[in-house]
Amino acid sequence: MARIDLVDLAHSYGGNDAPVESFALKPVTMTWRQGGAYALLGPSGCGKTTLLNLISGIVTPSRGKILFDGADITPLSTQKRNIAQVFQFPVIYDTMTVGQNLAFPLKNRGVPKDEIDARVRQIADLLDLTFYLDRKATRLTADAKQKISLGRGLVRSDVAAVLFDEPLTVIDPELKWQLRSKLKALHRELDLTMIYVTHDQTEALTFADTVVVMHDGRVVQSGTPAELFDKPEHTFVGYFIGSPGMNIVPAVVSGHEARIDGHVIGLHRNYGVLPAGARIEIGVRPEFVNVAAPASGLLSATIERIDDLGRVRFARVRIGDAKFAARVPPGFSVPDNSVGLVFDPAHVHVYADSRLVEGVA
Amino acid sequence: MDKTINQKAWFLVLPVFLVVAFSAILPLMTVVNYSMQDTFGNNQFFWNGVGWFKELLDPSTDLGGRFLASLGRNLLFSAIILAIEVPLGIVVALSMPREGWTVAVCLVILALPLLIPWNVVGTIWQIFGRPDIGLLGYTLNGLGFDYNYVSNEFDAWATVIVMDVWHWTSLVALLCYAGLKSIPDAYYQAAQIDGASRWAVFKAIQLPKMNRVLLIAVLLRFMDSFMIYTEPFVVTGGGPGNSTTFVSIELVKIALGQFDLGKAAALSLVYNLIILIVCWIFYTVMTNAGAERPVKPGGA
Repeated sequence: MARIDLVDLAHSYGGNDAPVESFALKPVTMTWRQGGAYALLGPSGCGKTTLLNLISGIVTPSRGKILFDGADITPLSTQKRNIAQVFQFPVIYDTMTVGQNLAFPLKNRGVPKDEIDARVRQIADLLDLTFYLDRKATRLTADAKQKISLGRGLVRSDVAAVLFDEPLTVIDPELKWQLRSKLKALHRELDLTMIYVTHDQTEALTFADTVVVMHDGRVVQSGTPAELFDKPEHTFVGYFIGSPGMNIVPAVVSGHEARIDGHVIGLHRNYGVLPAGARIEIGVRPEFVNVAAPASGLLSATIERIDDLGRVRFARVRIGDAKFAARVPPGFSVPDNSVGLVFDPAHVHVYADSRLVEGVA
Repeated sequence: MDKTINQKAWFLVLPVFLVVAFSAILPLMTVVNYSMQDTFGNNQFFWNGVGWFKELLDPSTDLGGRFLASLGRNLLFSAIILAIEVPLGIVVALSMPREGWTVAVCLVILALPLLIPWNVVGTIWQIFGRPDIGLLGYTLNGLGFDYNYVSNEFDAWATVIVMDVWHWTSLVALLCYAGLKSIPDAYYQAAQIDGASRWAVFKAIQLPKMNRVLLIAVLLRFMDSFMIYTEPFVVTGGGPGNSTTFVSIELVKIALGQFDLGKAAALSLVYNLIILIVCWIFYTVMTNAGAERPVKPGGA
């Protein structure tokens, strides 16, 4: 149980002398509070597993420090860090029973036997493994094995944090839901800090109170799921979170107006001073743009196709060369070729060189 | 539905059939045939039924006594070298580097003894152990040990065993190393996180994962040591007395020394059968330990 601070933490597999641009994890400073549920979200190769392995001590950082409750633990080995980690693929000690597997981390640390038994029973109960406690672990199915791995991660009550490295990869979709909600429940029950690495946004958004989005070795935004959705700080976050992702279109922005193809879109805030020479784009989620019958006051776009998701329909359109997605209001019959787009000014964001620009109210 | 009948297919099987017949079935049948007969000079054969087999299993006869004594020696020899080579091979494999250029060096050094022909190994140790000119024998005697594998039974056994360990431990080590290399890193990382000691890692991860290759290593080493001929024949010639005469050496003495083809044929059939049975027992026991059907979890 600890607060975790990362101070200028960075790592390069090519050694410390490599240019910072090539680092697998670019310098990051960040604090994770005790008892939180965090998700590290990003595409493959974005550095999220590297960050996780730095915290668990499997990888030693090229630069920076990691503090647990203010104490520098960077030079400590994995064993001494008091951390638990669950890997992508189940790790099972073949010769042991399920119960012995769960007890292994406690036994190695010399915990008294009755304490081990009580804790193993509790964890097995939470994970529905009680029935299998005396069975050999090798003979179970992949998802039961992964539950054992999860159990071994959760069995120690005094860990600074439990790290999950895409733990549900091998699980069937139907069971994924169950296990994910189980993890969420376990988090409430056990009061452990949990850090969960995934490339699946649903997994991250349902599990975590704070989602840390990573891209190309950098942390691009850290916030609640609502913050990531409403106010992405980086075009990557807008694009990566949400389905379909945020629309990003080049625009000319001045004051309360953005121009696309010479057409004016009103903005909620005033953008007086924009960085000179920067690439200016506006971003708006498809949920906040409605298609309408073409009219002279509306930005017009050509229809490519309609995605009917059942509950809601999205129109895939083109504005000039740029691809764009917009909501089709219920009951609206979509014309064949071109439509007008109605923007909700409160949800139109301005980005300079991919970073969010805060306007003035 | 009509089946196409085409007897020409038999011709396609014919080459394999001929090869197997000439290389395996005919020689084996010849041996079976010999084992039922007694030979005299001039290619004269006399029917003896199961007589030789009865003698073989009866320690009071000359043939039975020699066979059972050599069988006992052979089993003892196999047991000793397995007891030494398997643990030693595991230790060597565990202490090998996991990556870097040293891996290649270690592999080449380990592979060297395996590449040397049997009779050359025998010759090397025959000279190496000689008290007058051999480095080992001379040094041991110089240190005050009365070592002479030609006259002392214990020394002869020690020499043959050390020679086999030198020659074949590499095989066990290489197999174990391959087994160790196939363990994913995640297992070691998980063990680190679970706070496992070196011994616990060995017991909980490495040994169970080496299970399969160890089975192969034990089988190979058992069969090879049970059939050993060349090396002890070159070093000790089966002596002093009969103390290092193993079954194959006895077999060659009977077949080629005395030219008792009937006795030798019976002996070789029984010899073959023992190897088959022991291997089958080994294999069944070791594959059944831990090979049950997975249990599907229900009601989760």
